[in-house]
Amino acid sequence: MNSKNEPLFNIVRRDDMNRRKAWCIRGLAIVIALLLCAVITMVVTGDNPISVYASMINGAFGSARKSWVTFQNLAILLIISLALTPAFRMRFWNCGGEGQVLIGGLAAAACMINLNDKLPNWLLIIVMTLASISVGALWAFIPAICKAKWNTNETLSTLMMNYIATQLVAYYVVCWESPKGSGKIGIINQNSNIGWFPELGNKYLLSIVIAIVITVFLYLYIYYSKHGYEICVVGESENTARYVGINVEKVIVRTMILSGALCGVAGLLLVAGINHTITTTIAGGQGFTAIMVSWLAKFNPLTMIFTSFLIIFLERGAGEIATVFGLNQSFSDIITGIILFFIIGCEFFINYRILFRKSKKTAVPTVGKEDE
Amino acid sequence: MQKETAISIRGLSKSFGKVKANENIDLDLYKGEILALLGENGSGKTTLMNMLAGIYYPDKGSISVNGRTVNIRSPKDAFELGIGMVHQHFKLVDVLTAAENIILGEEGKLNIKEANEKIKAICDKYGFEVDPSKKIYSMSVSEKQTVEIVKVLYRGADILILDEPTAVLTPQETEKLFQVMRNMKEDGKAIIIITHKLNEVKAISDRVVVLRQGTYIGDIITEMSDEREMTDMMVGRKVVLNIERPLPVSPTPRIIVDKLNIKDVNGIYKIKDVSFEVNSGEILGIAGISGCGQKELLEAIAGLRKVESGSIRYIDEKGDAEELIGLDPRKINDMGVALSFVPEDRLGMGLVGNMDITDNMMLRSFRQGGSPFTDRKGPQELASNVVEELEVVTPGIDTPVRKLSGGNVQKVLVGREIARAPKVLMTAYAVRGLDINSAYTIYDLINNQKKKGVAVMFVGEDLDVLLQISDRILVLCDGMVSGILDGRTAAKNEVGMLMTRLGGKADE
Repeated sequence: MNSKNEPLFNIVRRDDMNRRKAWCIRGLAIVIALLLCAVITMVVTGDNPISVYASMINGAFGSARKSWVTFQNLAILLIISLALTPAFRMRFWNCGGEGQVLIGGLAAAACMINLNDKLPNWLLIIVMTLASISVGALWAFIPAICKAKWNTNETLSTLMMNYIATQLVAYYVVCWESPKGSGKIGIINQNSNIGWFPELGNKYLLSIVIAIVITVFLYLYIYYSKHGYEICVVGESENTARYVGINVEKVIVRTMILSGALCGVAGLLLVAGINHTITTTIAGGQGFTAIMVSWLAKFNPLTMIFTSFLIIFLERGAGEIATVFGLNQSFSDIITGIILFFIIGCEFFINYRILFRKSKKTAVPTVGKEDE
Repeated sequence: MQKETAISIRGLSKSFGKVKANENIDLDLYKGEILALLGENGSGKTTLMNMLAGIYYPDKGSISVNGRTVNIRSPKDAFELGIGMVHQHFKLVDVLTAAENIILGEEGKLNIKEANEKIKAICDKYGFEVDPSKKIYSMSVSEKQTVEIVKVLYRGADILILDEPTAVLTPQETEKLFQVMRNMKEDGKAIIIITHKLNEVKAISDRVVVLRQGTYIGDIITEMSDEREMTDMMVGRKVVLNIERPLPVSPTPRIIVDKLNIKDVNGIYKIKDVSFEVNSGEILGIAGISGCGQKELLEAIAGLRKVESGSIRYIDEKGDAEELIGLDPRKINDMGVALSFVPEDRLGMGLVGNMDITDNMMLRSFRQGGSPFTDRKGPQELASNVVEELEVVTPGIDTPVRKLSGGNVQKVLVGREIARAPKVLMTAYAVRGLDINSAYTIYDLINNQKKKGVAVMFVGEDLDVLLQISDRILVLCDGMVSGILDGRTAAKNEVGMLMTRLGGKADE
C-alpha cells in the first residue's frame, strides 16, 4: 500500500466546449444509437436493419398525408413544450401540462356541444378560444397561487390537477355521450361542422401555423422582453429578485397563467381543429413528453423545434416498424428508449472529458474520448 | 529544532480547460509547523490544496508524504495518508448530530458511544468545545467549523489543511481557533492555513508561501517579514496600504433613523430602539458582532424588511424629508438609496450567477422605458465601463458572473450600485473574502463616493479597517445602540468592549 497506481482514467470538467463540437458529439451519439438499435433489431428479429430504418422514415414521411400528420403532431407537441418552457425557466416544475391541455379541450368541447344552436359560428369560435385559454390558465393559476402564497410544492399540486382534469373529462363524456350508451362522445357537430376550426388550405396547416407563431412569440418573450428577464432572475435567485424589487409572487402567477393559457390553446386545437371530439386520453401523455422536449432543448424555443421533431419522428417511425414487421408496440418503445438514452447520455461527454493514463505524455490533451 | 518533511510537492500542475490553475509548483511542509498559504483571489491556493485532499487529480508532478511518493486519487486516499482538509464551505449533514457527522463514512460497526468517547478525548487534548449530540442545523458557524476540524482529527489526520477558516469567525472565535492550532502544532501536526488577513498570518504562522497566478513565488519566515513585503510578493508590485480619510465636506443629514424597532419571524427584537443619523460626505462605520442586527438595519432602510415601529426619514438635497418605511424597495432605490450587500455566498443577493455581466447590470435598470422589451445597449455600455474602470478581470462582458473570481464579482456588484449615482450607499461586507489588493480597490471606490457627497454606511467585519475608514462609528450590541464614536479618536479595545457589552460597561 506504499504507493498506489495512478488511476486508469480521470474525469475532468470541460471549460466551455464550442457549439460545433458539441453538436458533433450529439450527432455521433445518434449514429451510435442507431447502430446499436440495428444490432438489436437483427439479433431479436432477424430482420435487415436497413429496411427497418427505411420503414421508420417511411412511417414518418412515406406519403404526403403521413408527412402532414407528422408535422401536425410535431406542432401540437411543440406548442405544449413551449407552454411549459417559461415556467421551467423560472424553475417552477409545471408537470400539469397534461391536465391544462385536457381542461382546455374540455372547455372547447363544452362550447361546441352546448352553444352550437345559440351563437353564430364565428362568434362561437371566438368564445371557444377564450374559454379554452382562460380555463387552461385557471388550471395553472391554482398551483401557482398556492406556491406564491404558501410555498407549496408545485410538482405535486400540478400533478394532482391532472387527475382532476381527467376525472372531469370522464364525467362529461358520460353526460354528453352520443349515441346514448356508447360511452363516448363521437364526432361533435358532424353534420353542421359548427365550432370546427376553418381549414387553412388543408386540415393540417392551421396547427402548424399557430405553432410557428407561438415559437416566435416565446423566443422573443423569453430572450428579449422584460417579463422574460424577470422570469430568469426569479428562477436563478429569488433573493436577488426581491433585492432589486421584483415582485416574485406576481411573476410566478403571471408566468404560470401564460403557461396554462398556451396549454389551453393546444387543447383547443386538439378538439376544435383536429379530433372534433374529446376523450380522457386526447392529450396522449404529451403533457409529460413535453417536459422532456423542453429539457432536451435546454429551454430554448428554437432548439425545441428540433427536439420535438426528434420525438415525433421516433414515435411515428417506431409505430410503423411495429405494424410493418408485425412486432408489438414494445419493440418500438425499446428503440425510442435506446436513442433517447444516447442523446441524453452524450451530454456527459459535452460537460466532461476523460483523460486516460497514457495521455500523461501529451502536452495539453484537448481532445476527449467519446466512445461509449 | 530538526525539520522532518511531512509533504513535499514537486512540479505540480493542474489546468481547467485553458486556465492554468497551478503550474509547476514546488512546496515543502514540515512537521510541527504552521504554514500560511498566501495569494490573491484566483491564484490557485484552493486548487493546490484540493489536489492534496484528493478532490482533484494533478495533470503533472509528484506529491510525497512522509518521504514516500504517493498518488492521491480520492479523499479516502488522502485520509489514509493522514491528510485532512477543512473546506471553506462546510460539508456537513444538517439533520445529523455532530458525532454522527464525524463518524460518517467510517467503515465497520456503528458505535456512537465509543465515538463519543473518542471525540471527547480529542476535544480535551486540543481544547475544543463540541457537544457530540447537538444537531448541525442548530449550531453556529464556528461550532460547525469545530465539528469539521474534529472530524478530520478523528480520522487520524496529522496534516491539516484549513481553507479560509477565519473568514466566517468573529475575532474572539478566531483567537480560540488559533489557540487550538497552536496546541495541534505542539503535538507535531503539520498545518496549512489559507487566509487573506495578514495580521492573522503574522499571529499564527511560522512560514509563509506565496502563490501568484498559479505559480510558486517563494517562501519567507514569518518573523523575518512584514505585511508590506508579503503584499508586494503577492501582488507582484509595490502597493500602498493606506486608507485615506478626508474630512467630510459640509455634512448634512441624509438619513435619520428614529426609535426603530424590528422583530424577526419568531417575534424576537433584532433591532431595538435604534436612533442615529447619517450625513452626506461622511462614512458611518457600523460595528458589531455577527447577528447583532446590522443586516436587519440595512435591510429595513432599503425597504426589504418589515419594521415594527419607529421612523426612517430620507432628507434630500433640498432639505425635504420623506418617510421610507412602507415604501416599495424599488421606490427607495429610485430615490437614491443603494444597498450593496455581500452575503456569505457572495452571489445570493444582488447578482445572478448564471447571467453575464451585462444582464447583471440590467437588474437595476431593466424596467426603464415603456417598451415591453429590454434594452441591452445601456447596460452593455455600463458593463464595459465598470470592467474598465474597476479593472475587473474577465474574458468579456458576456461571461457569466459565477465564472469570475470573488473579488471581481464584488467589483461588479459595487460598481453597479455606484453607477446609479446614489445619495446614500450602504455596503455590507464589501470586501468579504477579498485579497488585500482588491480590498483596497473597493475602499478607494467607497472613499470616492464619500468625496462626491454620498452618505455612506459601511458594515465590515475587520475592526482595523473600520477604524481607519470611518468618520463616525456606530456600535451595535444585541440590536441596540451601544455607542457612537468618532472614528479618528476611537480605540480598538473601546469599540470591542462596546460590541460585546452595551455601553461598554456592566450597566443597563
